[in-house]
Amino acid sequence: MLLNIKNLHASINGKEILKGVNLEVNKGEVHAIMGPNGTGKSTLASVIAGREVFDITEGEVLYKGKNLLDLPVEARASEGIFLGFQYPVEIPGVSMTNFMRTAVNEQRKYHGLDPLPSGEFLRMMEEKKQMVEITAKLNNRSVNEGFSGGEKKKNEIFQMAMLNPTLSILDETDSGLDIDALRIVANGVNKLRGPENATVVITHYQRLLDYIVPDFVHVLYEGRIVKSGGKELALELESKGYEWIKDSL
Amino acid sequence: MKNIENSFPLSDKLINNFEVYQDDIKRNDDEEIFNVRKKAFDQFLKLGLPTQALEDWRNTDLTDVYKEEYQHYYDNPGIVEDVDKVFQCNVPHLDTIMLAMLNGRYVSKDEALVKLENGVIYGSFAAALQQYPDIVAAHFAQYADASKSAFTAINTAMAQDGFFIYVPDGVEFKKPLQIVNIINHDKNICLQTRNLIVLGKNTKLCLIHCDDSYNHQKSLSNTVSEIVLGENAILDHYKMQNVNNASTIINATYFEMKDNAQLSSNGLSLNGGILKNSNYVKMNGRACECNIYGLYLMDKKQHIDNLVFIDHLYPNCNSRELFKGILDDSATAVFNGHVVVHKDAQKTNAFQSNKNILLTDKAKVNTKPFLEIYADDVKCSHGATVGQLDNEAMFYIRSRGISEHNAKMLLMYAFADEVIQKISVLPLRYRTEDMVKRRLRGELSVCDQCVLHCSTPEKEYNFEIDLTKV
Repeated sequence: MLLNIKNLHASINGKEILKGVNLEVNKGEVHAIMGPNGTGKSTLASVIAGREVFDITEGEVLYKGKNLLDLPVEARASEGIFLGFQYPVEIPGVSMTNFMRTAVNEQRKYHGLDPLPSGEFLRMMEEKKQMVEITAKLNNRSVNEGFSGGEKKKNEIFQMAMLNPTLSILDETDSGLDIDALRIVANGVNKLRGPENATVVITHYQRLLDYIVPDFVHVLYEGRIVKSGGKELALELESKGYEWIKDSL
Repeated sequence: MKNIENSFPLSDKLINNFEVYQDDIKRNDDEEIFNVRKKAFDQFLKLGLPTQALEDWRNTDLTDVYKEEYQHYYDNPGIVEDVDKVFQCNVPHLDTIMLAMLNGRYVSKDEALVKLENGVIYGSFAAALQQYPDIVAAHFAQYADASKSAFTAINTAMAQDGFFIYVPDGVEFKKPLQIVNIINHDKNICLQTRNLIVLGKNTKLCLIHCDDSYNHQKSLSNTVSEIVLGENAILDHYKMQNVNNASTIINATYFEMKDNAQLSSNGLSLNGGILKNSNYVKMNGRACECNIYGLYLMDKKQHIDNLVFIDHLYPNCNSRELFKGILDDSATAVFNGHVVVHKDAQKTNAFQSNKNILLTDKAKVNTKPFLEIYADDVKCSHGATVGQLDNEAMFYIRSRGISEHNAKMLLMYAFADEVIQKISVLPLRYRTEDMVKRRLRGELSVCDQCVLHCSTPEKEYNFEIDLTKV
C-alpha cells in the first residue's frame, strides 16, 4: 500500500478540521476526493504534503509503510509526494529554471545522485513543457509571476512532470480553468499515470473526472470521508448534489 | 579652544588639527578655496558633531565613534610603494578605467591627473585644485551645504584629496570609470575625502565607486561628493560598500541636475559597521529624471542609515526611490526619504518605496518615507514595508523538495533581485548577483577579492592588479 491514512485528526488554531479521515491508496490508482466547500479537502492535501500550520492531534499517515508525519515538507517531496496547489504562489525574482533546477537537484541529492548535467536538465525542461503545452519561454520568467490562472495550473502539472512523483495530490487543479486548459492539464496528468504511481484529485465538480477518470471517489464531509465508491458516485453526486449526502447521514 | 556646540574627542581633535595642520591642508588651495574652507570650518564650530537630537540622526548613534582614537594624516601623500600590490579589481568582462584611492589618497603609477584628447579630465582632486583651480572653484562647496551638515562642513574645511572627473560638453564617455577606494592601514584612521564630478551639457558617464577595506582596523571615513549633471547629461552611478565591521562610513553625495538631466544612482551596501549614506538631489532644471536605488544586507550588529532628499524645483521632473534591505541578527537600518515638491514643480512624479525583511526578532528598521508637496498637479506616492519571509512561498518552495535553508536563500535573493536588476552594466550586475548570493550564504568576506579573508586574517595577502588600468 502506498498511502494509508488512519483516523487522522488535524486542527488549526485549536479548530478541528479533519475529524478522523481514513483513506487507502495503492500504486496505479486514481482517487477523487469530492465534497462541499470548507469540509477539509485542502487541509487533507496540505497535511499530507507537510504544511506545518496544522496540528495533528490523532491518527497516523503511513507512506510506503513509513510514518509520513515525522518527515519535514522537503523530505516528503523527495520521497515522491507532490502537491499541486489550488493557489500556486507567485515568487518574484526566482526564475522557473532556477527553481526547477534547485528542486530537481535537491531531490537527486536526497537520493544520493549527482546533480543533473545542465544540458540534460534543459532538455528535460523542454520535453515536459511540451507535454503540458507551455509555449512561453520559462527561462527568464519568475515562478508564477504574471501567469494567468490557466498558466499557473499548467505550471503545476509541468512541475509534477519534472519531479516525477510517486503520489500526486492535485488540489482543485480544475478551478479557474477554461475547457481547453482543463483538457491540457488532464492530458498531462493522464500521461504521467503509471502502474508505479498514484494520484489523488481533489475537486468540486464532476467535470474534471470526465478527463481524469478515477478508480475511486470519496466524499469528504465535515472532516470525515462519509461515502466511497467507484466513478459512478461522482455522477450521482453531480445529479443529486451534496444535500443528498447530508440527508443520507 | 573655540566655542563649540558640543564637544567630543573627535571634534576637539579635528578643530585642533585644522589649526595645527593648516599649511598642509591648504597646500593646494588658492585664496578663494581657502576662504571657503575657513567659512565651512566656522559652520562646523557652530554645528558641532551631529547627535541623536537631530532629526536626520535620530536613529544613528555615533557617540562611540566620536570617542574613538583615530590617526589623522595631513602630510604629503608621498610615494605609494607597490601600487600593484594594493589593488585588484576582478569583475570578469568589466572593462573600465580604474582610479585608485588608498587611505583617502589618490594613487597612481604616473600622473595624478589625466587629460584625454576629448577633453575629459580624471584623477586626483588635490591635483585638480592646483591644475584646474577655475573648474574646482566654480563647483567646490557650491552644492554641498556646509551650513546644514557638520560632516559636510568639516569635510569642506579639511579634505585634501579624492577624485576629480570633468567631462566637457558633448562628450559621451563610453568606458565606465571605476573608483576603488581602499582602507588598508595598520592604525585606526580617520579620513576625509572629497570628490568632484562635473558633467557638461549633453554628456554621458558611468561611474562605479567601490569602498573596500582590506584589514580589520577601525576606521572612520567622511566622504563628500559633489556631482553636477549639466543639461541633457546622463549619469549612471553605482556605489558599492563592502568594508569591515569596524568601519564607519559617513558618505554624503550632492547631485545637482540641470534641464533634462538623467541620473540613476544605485547604492549596494554589503558590509560595514556603521554606514550613513546621504543622497541629496537638487532637480534644478526642467524635465529631469532621477532614480535612486539602494540595497542593504546587514547582519551582526551592523547599522545602516540611508537618507535621500530630493528637491523638485521645476516642472515635469520624475524621481523614484527604491530601497530594499535584509536584516539578520541584531542589525539595524534606517531609511529617511524626503521629497519636497515646490510650488512651481507642477507635473512632478515622485515615488518612494522602502521594503525590509527582518530575519530575527532583534533586527530593527526605522523607516520614514516623507513627501512635502506644495504644487497641486503632481503624482506622488510613498510606501514602506517591514516583514518576514513569506510563509506561503516558503511552503511552496519546500514542497518541491528544496530545503528550508535553500528556500530562504531563494526568497532573500529574489527580494534583493529587484534592485540588482536595475544595474544596467551587465558584467557589474552579474558580479553583484554573485556577491549578493555569497553574502546571503554568509560566504562573502570583507572584500570578496581580499585574500585576507575575515575568517582567516593571518593569511598573507598577494594581490594582482592590472596596472594598465590604474
